[in-house]
Amino acid sequence: MALDPDLPISFSPMHRLQWEEAQQKDVILYPEGMVELNQSSAEILKQCDGSRNVEQIVTELEKKFATSGLKDDIVGFLQIALQNGWIQQP
Amino acid sequence: MAGSNNLNITPPRWLLAELTYACPLQCPYCSNPLDYAKYPSELSTDDWKRVLSQARKMGAVQLGFSGGEPLTRQDLPELVKYARKLGYYSNLITSGYGLDEEKIIQLKTAGLDHIQVSIQASSQELNDHLAGTKSFQHKKEVAHLVKNNGYPMVLCVVIHRENIHQMQQILEMAEELGADYLELANTQYYGWAHLNRDLLLPTKEQFLKAEQIAQAFKEKVAGKMKIYYVIPDFYEDRPKACMNGWGTTFLTIAPDGVALPCHSARELPGLDCPNVNDFSIEEIWNESKAFNFFRGVDWMKEPCRSCDEKHKDFGGCRCQAYLLTGDMYNADPVCSKSPDHHVIEEAIQAAKKTTNQAKEAPLVFRNNKASKQFFS
Ligand code: SF4
Ligand code: SF4
Repeated sequence: MALDPDLPISFSPMHRLQWEEAQQKDVILYPEGMVELNQSSAEILKQCDGSRNVEQIVTELEKKFATSGLKDDIVGFLQIALQNGWIQQP
Repeated sequence: MAGSNNLNITPPRWLLAELTYACPLQCPYCSNPLDYAKYPSELSTDDWKRVLSQARKMGAVQLGFSGGEPLTRQDLPELVKYARKLGYYSNLITSGYGLDEEKIIQLKTAGLDHIQVSIQASSQELNDHLAGTKSFQHKKEVAHLVKNNGYPMVLCVVIHRENIHQMQQILEMAEELGADYLELANTQYYGWAHLNRDLLLPTKEQFLKAEQIAQAFKEKVAGKMKIYYVIPDFYEDRPKACMNGWGTTFLTIAPDGVALPCHSARELPGLDCPNVNDFSIEEIWNESKAFNFFRGVDWMKEPCRSCDEKHKDFGGCRCQAYLLTGDMYNADPVCSKSPDHHVIEEAIQAAKKTTNQAKEAPLVFRNNKASKQFFS
């Protein structure tokens, strides 16, 4: 399973991404499990709303954090997210 | 309340709400206590709401509605809705009995996140025998409906000697039903399963063969279906880290409101498990005697006390230590370092003996009549 650079990415309807007040962390919830996210992973996943492809997500985040050179890290993480079923492409 | 006020206490993350002990099925490996019929009282809707709010506030996020059969509670949709509002990720752990499409949609609308349907075997005959009820076709239908209504579908099959030979067929059935997750839970020998152990414990050969089949299948369906394989610790030489450590992660509330550090803790003597009718979840979790009883490692005896693995498995399961050695402070006898380890070997031999004999001792099915023998 590889990321398609052209297709938009959305968060999986079989998982839930939510802010946990008690842990002060974003987490992914799914049957029998929970993954605690660091801030950058959470920011990337929040961009996966089905309206942007990889390139657009990179642009968006570089703009948001006023920085550049994030592409490799973002692609690396999205690849893992796809393998784990957290995100999907049509 | 007695107990230490330790700042190192981590908050609960998983809440198991056992809504009722009532169940139309009679599984002979049920993890409910043998004397469950002694506790017929049930928390009210408002009590449950209070429990949900208090536990959520502390940080609990995974919520299982269980039982018995939780669908027998009429207020289930109301509780699901309430839980969703609080931000829980909620799971209905059901036999599927009494579940139809209308209810499935109703619960989805209320905010239920997933449904875990248990099936007893891959054939109608064996399923219905084990469940003590005609239920196989309906369960398969329910699995389809769950899937079609957009829930992640979690299928749970408890594995033991009566169905372990069906491992391949069970896996194929799960694939055919489109399960997203398959939980293959080798029986844990507490409650009714302990009582029926001689008839349920598979031989080592059976277990190894089944494990091999499951592993091969796991690779085949990688990316499509996640398989959780719960190993039977009788064939291991180290115990499992029960509950991820006592009072660190899991909180179970029994139907009558008794709070338990593990769902079979009710069987342990002298714990005085507190009731949510008398204390808040925070008091229970942080201060009660029961939740502090086996927290950390100070309670341990040898060989655990001086063992360098004690932070890994916490000495294993307290209920298993108690059931099999008579002393709940002992090392879990599954551990090869335990001086009582021979009881495991003996249990395996005893089970093997009944495999070779024509069956005379029948399985004891879980029902009120049988339960009433266990108290007076
Ligand atoms: S294990 Fe079987 S008898 Fe026990 S509560 Fe579950 S479905 Fe009912
Ligand atoms: S001796 Fe106790 S702590 Fe050490 S491995 Fe065995 S059960 Fe675990």
